[in-house]
Formats: sequence, structure tokens, C-alpha cells
Amino acid sequence: MIETKSNITQTLLDQLQENAPKVDFMPDTEIISAIRYLEEKGIPNNKHEDYKYCNLEAVLRKEFKSVEQSFNELTNADIAPLKLDEAINLVVVNGNYNEALSEKMIVKGLTVKSLNELSASEKILLSSQAKSDTDALIALNAAFTGNGLFLKIETGNIIPMPLHVIYVNSGSSNIVSNTRSFIHIGASADVTLVESFFNIGTGKVFSNFVSEKFVGENAKLTCHTFQNEGALSYSVNTNQVKINKYSNYSNTTMTLSGELVRNNHNVVLADSNCEAHLNGLFISNGTQQIDNHTLIDHQMPHCESNELYKGIAKDKSIGTFNGKIFVRKDAQKTNAYQSSKNILMSDDAIINTKPQLEIYADDVKCSHGTSTGKIDTEALFYLKARGIGEESARKLLLQAFAQELIDKIEIPSLQERVLHLFEKAL
Amino acid sequence: MISIKNLHASIGDKEILRGINLEVKAGEVHAIMGPNGSGKSTLSSVLAGREDYNVTEGEVTFNGKNLLELSPEDRAREGLFLAFQYPVEIPGVSNVNFLRTAVNEIRKYHGQEEMPAKDFLALVKEKSKLVELDAKLASRSVNEGFSGGEKKRNEIFQMAMLNPKLAILDETDSGLDIDALRIVATGVNKLKSKDNATIVITHYQRLLDYIVPDFVHILYKGRIVKSGGKELALEMEAKGYDEIKAQFERIES
Repeated sequence: MIETKSNITQTLLDQLQENAPKVDFMPDTEIISAIRYLEEKGIPNNKHEDYKYCNLEAVLRKEFKSVEQSFNELTNADIAPLKLDEAINLVVVNGNYNEALSEKMIVKGLTVKSLNELSASEKILLSSQAKSDTDALIALNAAFTGNGLFLKIETGNIIPMPLHVIYVNSGSSNIVSNTRSFIHIGASADVTLVESFFNIGTGKVFSNFVSEKFVGENAKLTCHTFQNEGALSYSVNTNQVKINKYSNYSNTTMTLSGELVRNNHNVVLADSNCEAHLNGLFISNGTQQIDNHTLIDHQMPHCESNELYKGIAKDKSIGTFNGKIFVRKDAQKTNAYQSSKNILMSDDAIINTKPQLEIYADDVKCSHGTSTGKIDTEALFYLKARGIGEESARKLLLQAFAQELIDKIEIPSLQERVLHLFEKAL
Repeated sequence: MISIKNLHASIGDKEILRGINLEVKAGEVHAIMGPNGSGKSTLSSVLAGREDYNVTEGEVTFNGKNLLELSPEDRAREGLFLAFQYPVEIPGVSNVNFLRTAVNEIRKYHGQEEMPAKDFLALVKEKSKLVELDAKLASRSVNEGFSGGEKKRNEIFQMAMLNPKLAILDETDSGLDIDALRIVATGVNKLKSKDNATIVITHYQRLLDYIVPDFVHILYKGRIVKSGGKELALEMEAKGYDEIKAQFERIES
């Protein structure tokens, strides 16, 4: 029998339902409606406009026909190399917040707990930004989420050191991991957050991550996303961010490995005078696919958004940037900028870029630019003519291309980690 | 130093160099002049190893080695330096990092240790003074946002840092005002020694008032059609290239 589209989703659902994790925070009604949504819509394939270059259904058909959910338990020794020295390290294993592996530190205004431990009033916040009736991957996550992470900074607190959340998956054969986090930054609070993604198991992982982030009035959230999941990983990472009046949100995503990495970074600028900065850098080789989708939704006046995404695609890899900017009717005096720059290192590599601006206000400044090309041969010759060998010259030029993004990482040990992997991948 | 024999080179189907012969010895300064399109820049590009050109005939020996078999980087490591007519801007690569890499790759090629950072910085300081290059420019990206004069001075600064055996200055005077021209020429003259040689490629005689050549060659249609002493440059300046052109056309027909 030829497998139909919906059968692929159904097969996945059946297998996941056999040993679905039990969580308290997700109401049964939500789980049931999420499954219904999935059954109806299916996991998106390339006929879906937003997944034109990222056929998740095909990935599931090819790589995850059977899902065993053979999760590994992890120890401190497994986690130690993933930690960052200057940060408080928190650990989420196969979708579940692991208190035992996390560093305990009493910091004024900081609350860290698992989603199961949420109070009734906190539970209400969940799923308010990541709605399972809007997106198949969010629905999949809602239906099968583990006991993820809740992180809250109370009003007015400045956290003196970075928080580092290590999301690590590990299985001994095919696993599907649904990880969820909720980050709440209270008014006038300020924190730097690193979210790192790893797969240290021997099995293939389909990792479906959903994070809701709320940045309160006059608050500042500086995020770094570090993705180094390796060749056995296929991941979709959805960030649903809502920022408020006078707040500042920034994120820099560094994608250094992963067979398929799809990032959906959606930011709602919900009130006036706030700013969002999204940056990304990837280097891909082999048959890797890196797909960055951003959505910036300017709803209110006097806000600013900046996006800078750069990629280097080697071998037969595929890089995609799709950046959508909405400027709503009320969002007068918006400044929105977007730039995507890419270098193709081989004839077989592919870059897709698609800026989309939808502007409904009349007094705004918006611009977008995109460029894709090969390495600058004039510059290469100039370096060689000074005695610098071909390989060093290429490296110098590619590092120069990436430097402005690497410079955005303000945490030295993370910057070193990125630089090391970046140089290795060149 | 360098011996060019019957050099033919083409780009696509078009033959640009049609049998160049030139012999340059240590301690000498040679000027190559000629009208636009005569092949001056092609000659410098071919010698530096630009891949757009095909050498179809002839040979070039540089310090006993077959130059044409060497990669551009190995030519530089052997001591050949091309001061570009249009220096390339390289955003994100600092001048200092670029030069440190170049200096150390050249040293490595000769089996030498890397230059200690302290010595390197002292050298940068010393050599940037030579062309009156603002020390701030050293830490900026290579040629990015430099004025025309700064770019040309930066070329000579790089030349000073790398201390080549043979420097080819490709239209180094183009786009320079008289002050910048003097600074660049003074820099070149200070670097001159009995062990190195210079080929100055220029359209105008002006630069040769400052960098005085031992020999002047007139290039026309891919060949050296006339050679002489420094007075030949003055003669060309006075008479223009028309006489040479007419003479050559007669021989051709």
C-alpha cells in the first residue's frame, strides 16, 4: 500500500501515543484539540508555503518511520562538557527539566522550576503565545510535551550572571523529543540567557522545541541560541516572543551543526517604544539544511526591529532565510530593517532567501536587503598576492564575513566555543 | 633577478602580450611606459599570477625558479610583490591581522619561526612611518573606506613590511595628488637597495621625476618596442606616443 500524507502523521501520532509523557500542566482538552489539529493538517510538507524548502513530512517518512522513544538517562559527567563557566547552568533532558543535573544557586528574583510545578495563576500564561490551533509543530509539542522548564525573573531584578539552559536529547535509537520552555521576564528586569541544543545519544532525534518568551515593560532580555546537535538531529525550534512597552529583546542564533535545523522565530512587539534584534549565523556542509524563518509583528508605534542573518553553505547543503515583517495600521513611526547575506562555497550548495514586508501604516521606515554570492575572488587574489595560502585566505575572508555576528556574543566562553566550531567547519 | 623571454599571454581569445623580453637585475629600477591598452597591467597581472590570463608561450625565471609554475602565494613568498593599481577593500579583515598572517606564512615557507608579536608591532610602527600612514589605519579593515592616496600608501606600507626582492608598482601614481605622490615615491626610494629591484609601470612620466629609473621601456600592442635610459621617459612625455604608434604601424604593415 502506498503511504498517504496523512498516514505519515497518523503513524507518528500512534507511536507517540503509546508512551506519551504524563504532564499536569497541559489540560486534556488542549491535548485533544492539538491532536485533532494535527490529524487534520498533518506535518507540513513542501506544498505548505512556509515549508517550501523544508519538507518535514519527507524527513519523517524517510528517517522516523519507526519511533522507539528509547531515551537515555544522563549523568553529571555527560553534562559537564556542555556547561559554560560564567553561567548558571540549567539542564533539560529529552524534554524534561532535570533539577538534579542543574546548578543550584540562590539568586534574588530568579525562579526556576519544572512546568509541572506551576501554580494555577502561572499555568494560565502557558500556551497564550504558542497556540496549538495555529501551527502543526506547536500542536505536536502541546500534545506530547515533556515536563519542561519555567524560568521567571521577578520585576525589577537584574540577574548578575548569564543563565545557560542546556537542552540535551539522548536516545539509543529513533526518538522524538518535544521540549517546552516558558521564560517570563518581569517589568524592568534584565537578564542574559543562553539556550544551547545538543544531541549526545547514538540514535536519531526529531527534536520539536517550543519556547514562549514574555518580556515585560522596560525589561531587557538578551538571548543567545547555540545549536550544535550533530548529524543525527532533525530539529524544529519555535520561539514565540512577546515584548512590551520600552522593552528590549535580542537574540543571536548560531547554527553550527544539525542535519536539519528549522528555526521559527516569531516576535510580537505588542506595545510602543520597544525594540527587537534578531541575528543569525550558520555554516553548513554535507547535505545539511538550515532554515531560518522570522516573523516580526509591529503592532504599536515607535518601535524598532533589526535583523541580520548570514550563512555559509558548503558542499550540497541548503540554507534558507525567510523574514516576514508586519507593520500594523497603528504601528506608525516604525523602523524595521532586515538583511540576509550568504556565501555559496560550492556549485551544489543552495541558498533561498525571501523577505516579506507587509506594511499597513503610512509613516514608517522599512528596508530589506539580501545578497548571495561566491567568495570574493578579487579579495582572495589580493591576499594570495601577499603570500597568504589559498586555505588561510579563504578562512580569513569567511571569518571576516562572520565576525560581526560572532562579536554579538558577549559571553567569552560561548564566543570561544562558537569560534572554535566555526573554524573547524570552514 | 627576473628574466622574461618571449612572453605571450591572452585573455579569452584575445592575445594581449605578444612576445615580451625583459631582464631585470638586482639594484635596478625599470620603468615600463605605454599608451592605454598596450598591455602594461596585463604584464603585472601575469607576473603576479592572476588566473584570468593564459600564458601561451615563453618563460619567466625569477631567482632561478620557473615563476609561471608557482602559485600566486608562492610567488609572493619567493619575494615578488605587486602594488595593485586598484587595491582591494576587504571588510572585516584588519590590516594588522592580514599582514601578520602574510608575514608569518612567508616566514613559514622559508622555514622560519613566527615573528614574535612584539617585534611585529614594532615593525608595523616603523614601516607605517615610512609612508606617513596613520597608525589608526593599521587596525582598520584592509583598505575599507581609505582614500585613494591612503590605499596607495597602504600598498607601499605592505611592501615595506614584506621586504620583497622584486616590487612591481602598477600605476601607483594614478589618482594621487602631488603630496601623496611624493610620500609614496620617497617610501619606495627608501626601500631601494642593491639587493632588490623595482619595476615601475606608469602611463605618465611624472612619477619618474621621483623614482628615477635606470631603464625605460615602451610597451605597445603587447611588445616592448623601444628601450632606453631615463631620458626616454622625458622624450615620451614631450612627444607623446603617436610617433611610436606610427612607427610601429609601419613595421606591422
